[in-house]
Formats: sequence, C-alpha cells, structure tokens
Amino acid sequence: MSRTLGAYVHVPFCASRCGYCDFNTYTAAELQRDGTSVSVATYADRVISQIQQGHQQRPDPRPLETVFFGGGTPTLMPASELVRILSALRDEYGFAQEIEVTTEANPDSVTREYLRELFDGGFTRMSFGHQSSAPHVLQLLERTHTPGRTWEAVEWAREVGFTHVSVDLIYGSQAETDEDLKNTLTDVVNAEVDHVSAYSLIVEPGTRMAAKVDRGEVSPASDDIAAHRYPLIDDTLRAHGFTWYEVSNWAKPHGECRHNIAYWRNQDWLGIGPGAHAHDNGTRMWNLKHPAAWAAAIDGHLSPWADSEVLSADEQRREHIMLRLRLREGLPIDYLHESGWSQAVQAVLDGLLEQVEDRLVLTDSGRLLADGLVARLWD
Amino acid sequence: MYGTIGFMAATTPQPGATTPEIIRNFCIIAHIDHGKSTLADRMLQITGVVDARHMRAQYLDRMDIERERGITIKSQAVRLPFKADDGVDYVLNLIDTPGHVDFTYEVSRSLAACEGAILLVDAAQGIEAQTLANLYLALENDLTIIPVLNKIDLPAAQPEKYAAELAHIIGCSPDDVLKVSAKTGVGITELLNEVVKQIPAPVGDASAPARALIFDSVYDTYRGVVTYVRVVDGKISEREKIKMMSTNEVHEILEVGVISPEPKPSKAIGVGEVGYLITGVKDVRQSRVGDTITLAGKPATESLGGYRDPKPMVFSGLYPLDGSDFPLLRDALDKLKLNDAALVYEPESSVALGFGFRCGFLGLLHLEIVRERLEREFDLDLISTAPNVIYRVKMDDGSEHIVTNPSEFPDGKIAEVHEPIVRATILTPNEFVGTIMELCQQRRGTLHGMDYLSEERVEMRYTLPLAEIVFDFFDQLKSRTRGYASLDYETTGEQMADLVKVDILLHGDPVDAFSAIVHRDKAYSYGVMMAAKLKELIPRQQFEVPIQAAIGARIIARETIRAMRKDVLAKCYGGDISRKRKLLEKQKEGKKRMKMVGRVEVPQEAFIAALSTDDNAAAKAKGK
Repeated sequence: MSRTLGAYVHVPFCASRCGYCDFNTYTAAELQRDGTSVSVATYADRVISQIQQGHQQRPDPRPLETVFFGGGTPTLMPASELVRILSALRDEYGFAQEIEVTTEANPDSVTREYLRELFDGGFTRMSFGHQSSAPHVLQLLERTHTPGRTWEAVEWAREVGFTHVSVDLIYGSQAETDEDLKNTLTDVVNAEVDHVSAYSLIVEPGTRMAAKVDRGEVSPASDDIAAHRYPLIDDTLRAHGFTWYEVSNWAKPHGECRHNIAYWRNQDWLGIGPGAHAHDNGTRMWNLKHPAAWAAAIDGHLSPWADSEVLSADEQRREHIMLRLRLREGLPIDYLHESGWSQAVQAVLDGLLEQVEDRLVLTDSGRLLADGLVARLWD
Repeated sequence: MYGTIGFMAATTPQPGATTPEIIRNFCIIAHIDHGKSTLADRMLQITGVVDARHMRAQYLDRMDIERERGITIKSQAVRLPFKADDGVDYVLNLIDTPGHVDFTYEVSRSLAACEGAILLVDAAQGIEAQTLANLYLALENDLTIIPVLNKIDLPAAQPEKYAAELAHIIGCSPDDVLKVSAKTGVGITELLNEVVKQIPAPVGDASAPARALIFDSVYDTYRGVVTYVRVVDGKISEREKIKMMSTNEVHEILEVGVISPEPKPSKAIGVGEVGYLITGVKDVRQSRVGDTITLAGKPATESLGGYRDPKPMVFSGLYPLDGSDFPLLRDALDKLKLNDAALVYEPESSVALGFGFRCGFLGLLHLEIVRERLEREFDLDLISTAPNVIYRVKMDDGSEHIVTNPSEFPDGKIAEVHEPIVRATILTPNEFVGTIMELCQQRRGTLHGMDYLSEERVEMRYTLPLAEIVFDFFDQLKSRTRGYASLDYETTGEQMADLVKVDILLHGDPVDAFSAIVHRDKAYSYGVMMAAKLKELIPRQQFEVPIQAAIGARIIARETIRAMRKDVLAKCYGGDISRKRKLLEKQKEGKKRMKMVGRVEVPQEAFIAALSTDDNAAAKAKGK
C-alpha cells in the first residue's frame, strides 16, 4: 500500500484559553505580552512561507489527499486568510481529486457568510467544538460559547453547502451527569451532522484545571465514570446511524474524517505552524513550539523544526500496533511477534479483542482498554 | 594499649597468677534502659581502667546497632582492679549479659560464669518481666544477688516504693537495697565494696585437669574467633592444645588474655579467672557458647554441663528486592554466620519473591538484628516474609514432616499438628490485668498463676503458643497497657493444636509468600484481613481479579479487585505520535518491575506492605 500525503496546519490562536486545554495555543494578550510579531493578521504569510520553503527543501510528488486546520481556533483568522493558505498548499503540492479539507471551528467565531467563504474557497468539512450542551459543564471547562450557538452554526454550514459536518464532545467531566450527556447526545443526533468525536476529559498537568484538582477545588476526572459514559455515547450514536471507526470517532456512512484515519493508519503528513508534527516514512519531525521562535526561523529562512526522530524498524512496528489497533478496520496480525500473538489470544479470551480475517479488532469493552492492550501486543 | 593502665600494672595481680580468693565474678541483670551500660562505664572509670578522656559512652557495647538500640547483644567480660575498703587489691570480673528474651540461653551461660549478680532496677520504673526472668535464672544458678536501684537522681524516682518491691521479690530487707546513680556516680564505690563483701570468691581445683566454660564467642575480622571463657579448674596457657568437649575438636591457643578493657595478652589464666582465647578458627560454630574447654593433652573426663545446641525457633524468608542481589545475600549470610552460631539458612525460591533464603532465628529480635545488619553492613534491600514458627506435622499414614515454611505444609490426611509453646511471664500494673487476660485468651494462652509483687504490680504466668507471640503479641501488649506491661518468655516444648494452612489465591493462583499456618478459629479473620489488605494494595488489572483465602480447596474469604475499565487516552493531539509511544513505553517499562502472579501484575511494594504488620508501610505502598 503506497503511503498517502496529508497536511496539518496549526493555528495557535484562541480568544481565551479553556481551563482543561494544554494545546499549543495563545491568546492575543499572551502573544503581545511575549512581544512577538506573530498575530492573526500576519500569520497566513508565514504559514505560506513555510509551505513554500518546505516544498522546496523536501519536494514531494504526491498530491495532498487531506488538509486539516486545527488549533487553537483557526476560525479566529479571516476566512479569506484560511483560503489563501489552502491555495498555497494547492499551488505547491497539488490536490488529489477527492480532496478533504477540514477546519476546526468555534461555533462563536463563525457566521453564515464566513462559512460560505470557506466552502467557496475549497473547504469540504467543518468540525465544531461543541463539547457539551450543559451550561454548567461548559462553565467548568471554561468554554465561552453558548450551547445553542453550535446548532445554528451547523445549520448554516449545511445551508452553504457543507455535506460533512462534525461536532466534538468532551465527556466525563466532573460537572457532568448522565442526564447532561444524554441531553447533549439528543442535540447531536437531532442536528444534521455526519461525524462525532467524543473525547473523555483528561486533566493534563500544567493546566488550570490540574491546578484546581491539586488545590482540591475540583475532583480528578474518573476513568470509571468515563467508562460508564462511553457506552451511552456508543449506543445512542449507533441507534442513529453512526458507527465507530476509531476509539473516539463515530460517523455516518461516508462521513469518516479521512485525515483522521490517515493518522491512525500511520500515513505521511506535512506539519505546518508552531509545534505541528509531521511524519514522513518513519521520520517524525516537529516544529519549534513557540510562535515567536517558529516565526523567526521562517523569516530567517532557517529550519523551523525543533527536532526529529528516525524510527527504528521495531519502533515503527510498535507505532503501527499502537495506532492501527484503534481503528475499526483493525490491526493486521502480521505486526505481532509470537509472544505478542499469545497476548492477543489471551485478550480474545478475555473479550477485549476479536479476530476478523487477518486483523485484530477491539471489542466494545476492549476499545476502552486499548492502551494497556497495545503494550501487551508489543511483546 | 592505653598508657592509663600502665601505672597500675605493678600493684595489680597478674592474669594466671591471681589467687581465687581475691577474684569476684559478677554480672548485671537489668532491663533495657535501666542503666546497665552506664553503670558498667562508671565502674570502668572508678576502677581506673578507662579515664574520662577515653570514655566512650557505653564502652562495652561495640556494635552500632547495639548502641542505637541501647541493648547488648554480645556480652563481654572486663577485668577491673579494685582496692576495696579492707585495703586488699581485688580483681573484679564484670561479665556483661545480653538483655533480651531471644538470648535466654546466652544469658544463662553468662550467669553460669558468675558467683553473683547485681540486680539493677530503675528507681522510677520498678522491675520488668525480662529482669525478673533473668533474676529467677540467676537464683537457679545459686548466684548471690545484690539489689540496686539506679537513677535515684531522677525527680520521678520512688526509691522507697521500689526498694520494698525488690525486697519482696528476693526476700531481703528494703534497707539492703543499694541506691545509686550510675550517671552521677553516687553510690558506685559503695556498690563495688558490696560486690567484694557479698559475692563469694570462685572455687576450683588448680591441680585438676583444666575446665573452662565458654560464655561467649565472637568473630573478629582480623583475629578470627575470640572465645570468652571462665576457668573453673586448672589453668589454660598460651601455645597449649585445647579440646572442645562437645565436638572433640582440638585447637591450638595462639593467644590468651584478659580484657581491661582492651585485650591484654598474658601467659595464662587460672582458676576463677575470666579471659579470652584466640585459636585461629574462623567460625563461631567451632567454639560454641556453653561448651567446656579442656586440655587435649590432659583432658577432663566430665564437662561442666549445661551445653545446648542453639535452636532456631522463628523462621522467615529473606529475599533481595533486586533479584540480581541473590549472590550478595548469600555471601552476606555466610559472613554473618561466622559470628552467629544460632543463625541457620537454606536457599528457597518463591513464585512471588524469586530466590532467597529461609532463615531460622532464636526469636524476633534476632531476626530483626540479622535483617538490619544485612541491610546496613551489606547494603542489601530485603523483603522478609511474615515470621513463623516450626511445626511438626504427623500424617495419618504415620509419616512426619517438619515445616519451617507455611507453603510447605503438607496436603492430605493430617493426623496431628504440633507447635512450640512458651512459658511467658508478664509484669503489669494491676489495672491492666483484665485486658491482658483478654489478650492472652485471644492468643490461646493458659493462665498458670498470678502473684502480687507489690500492691500495684502483678506477675502473670502463662503458657502461650510461640506462633501467637511471634505474630504481634508484644505490640498488642504494649499498646493495651500504654507501654507499662513487660514480657518475658522461654520455650518449653510443644503442644498439639488445631492448626490449618490458609492460602491466599490471586486470580486462582496461590501466592506462596502469603500462606500462613493459623489456628482454625482464626483462619477466617486472617483470610479476611489479608484479602482486604491485598485489595487495597494491588492495582486494578484489565480483568477482574478475585482474591481468595482458602483452607485446602475450601474458600473462606473473598474480595474482588474490579477490572480496570478504561485506560485509553482519547486522542493523539496534533499527530504527536512520539509522545504517546514514549508514554506507553514508559508504562511498559514500569510493568517489568512488577512481579507476575499468574497473570496478575503485583507491584513489589504491595508484597512488602502486605507482609508488614506496619500500617505505615502499607500506606506508603498505596501512595505509590
């Protein structure tokens, strides 16, 4: 199977930082305080520079199959700027026929016109961060949008022509009840979306939420509660025509995010923007993390890479196991050594895995225990 | 040699040329902390063998552990020249005795080397059980007892009260009880004069074939074994060939001398004298405490009697935390054995703990000391299994098994199980009599008698299974009596009992390290306790793990560690695959340090905590 090429564009801006977030993102105030020249207004130019310089230095004949704008909040940038970046990618690399172009979006930061501009500029897919329909959950997460705004944005997206619309959910937070999650899911299945990503809340070290947990103001997130909520999500979505295709992702037929699948299939992708990761045939690279350092490298025609890692054959094998096991299509058993295979047999007996032809596929309960399984299958 | 003792040499009777009439051999019987070492120090100082400049606190206790714990493990004998009030130059031999219950036999041999004993009691605390037990031992050996109250300088001292108690116990007048302060020196010279006056001089036949009692035997890295003896008959001189009467082994004396307080070689030692011998042997087993030494060329026909092989009573598995330290542990035990005739061990392996040794000890303190020395002197990190006693198991078919490791308790038709028992003496303020009776009853004790030593203090005598004492009896006794009760015990034989082996099974697999032999009535509570403890200590696995306690095939208690339901991280943000891989690699590395019991991963800390009776250790392991 020849490897495909995608592109990830990181947009490191947010209007405000959410309490649980440890992503590489900055508010305008933070960037100003750091005294960098990086801003929403100047960002597209530098991204385009990286695209051009990068292609010059590492020419790649493959056209892009998927493009994904993530953040941060890409939609803090004017739609025209996002389109301009997309055009640069097209000019440098060319697009495959069925190109998938997604951007993440905060429901608050888009209008109908904005979405129309994206659609007309070549975007094919919108991914809205909804997180929860319960105001008290959003409050705990320190999200700024009002819950109803998401469904308005989804409607606009459909109106202007997007057939692929996704919402992101965060479940298992300390403020959430089963009822809250059920209400959220009811909203989701009533909206015209063909894709749902549901992530259990992880309290990452260094976040404001972690500090609150440390101070005892908020209880730590519970894996048991998350494990209890996951089947609620799975069952509800399944009943409404969605199928899981990755541990945290569900889609209606043809609604899968191909960019996402490419990650889990260990395909290649370009990484553009501060902190963005890239993969090229067993070499992983990542950009300088701080926008100012990254911008300085781009401006000076220096390498924007912070570091890279050339994976050994066995590291590549382990990554394949780690990544592909999470997909519904499963892990080809060729990747296992003999002792890993006997672990797999045990996991089948334990009801965590099933064998489908020459692949191993997580069962419903196995999906939640994939990390421990991966480590065992590495044997 | 220190110059301080040189000036006395001219007037001091010399070893090998001292008439028994001017010799006094005595020891000090005291409880830990009642000031024995301080008193000995003061005697060294007053008799001039050590001056204040050279005084090292507790001079006679050499080992660090002894100094830290304030107890004496290895006795030594020091020769003190003393000009008494009658103007005669005497030779006082102070024989130091071990002060703990595990070393009763050693104490009895030290006592056998003396004609008298100072019964030293803290004037603020009164007599303790171990002291009383050693006092009885001294009376059995016909020793002259000089009762002494120490620490009379303390504000809390009640000399009148405790003088009356001592007088009651040994049957003298309260006025006969001396009152001293070893710390300040008050009354010590008077005490030494009483030693000369009251304690009889040794009696022996100088012309008979030589006989000397070994009362201690110590391994020294440079000199080999140093043997401490009391000469009863004849004379022992350098270069002579001596014979050990229990083994008939013959050794040549390379050096003979006295301790004053450093070793001082001499030509010989004679009747009534106390000194040391060096023969070049490397193992204390070749020079055993209690044995009689005679001359190979002109042997005595009868030994002095009283020799006993040291008999290990308490067993525990010692395992290195790091399996690769096994050879180090073996070397360390081999070295300790040179200085510890009572230590026995043989290699064993445990499914849970890997390779280690099953070790036999005289008692719990002996175990603790050995373990601590292994960790301190040999830098080993060890896990020890819960201590157990030795069992004799008779089967229906008439065969018999000696069990020193609970996991080796035989299956099949058992006719009888015998366990060691002890005679225990407990001294307590009378307000705790009820609670102690309750404790002893729970521990299958039989009360044999109870005496009031004074209006408030009671002596209680029990027979108890040693296994119950080994468990946590002493801690319980102390906590239920706010530390006021004291305990002494001595093994007296064995009894038949309804004992069963309780196995602990993790996910159906027995964990050998957790098997225990307990009375049938207590099997259930042991099972419940261990299952609950392990449930707390073992992390959740990807599958449900039953913890069961079983007698044979019968399950008597059960807990369940619920399966872990979720470990998966929601996503790899922004394609940071490396971070996720490294995280999983790190977790996997951590799992390698776990012990596998069947399919269950058990952190080593869980074993340590589960085997410990110390709640702190359990809490610590849990926090990890």
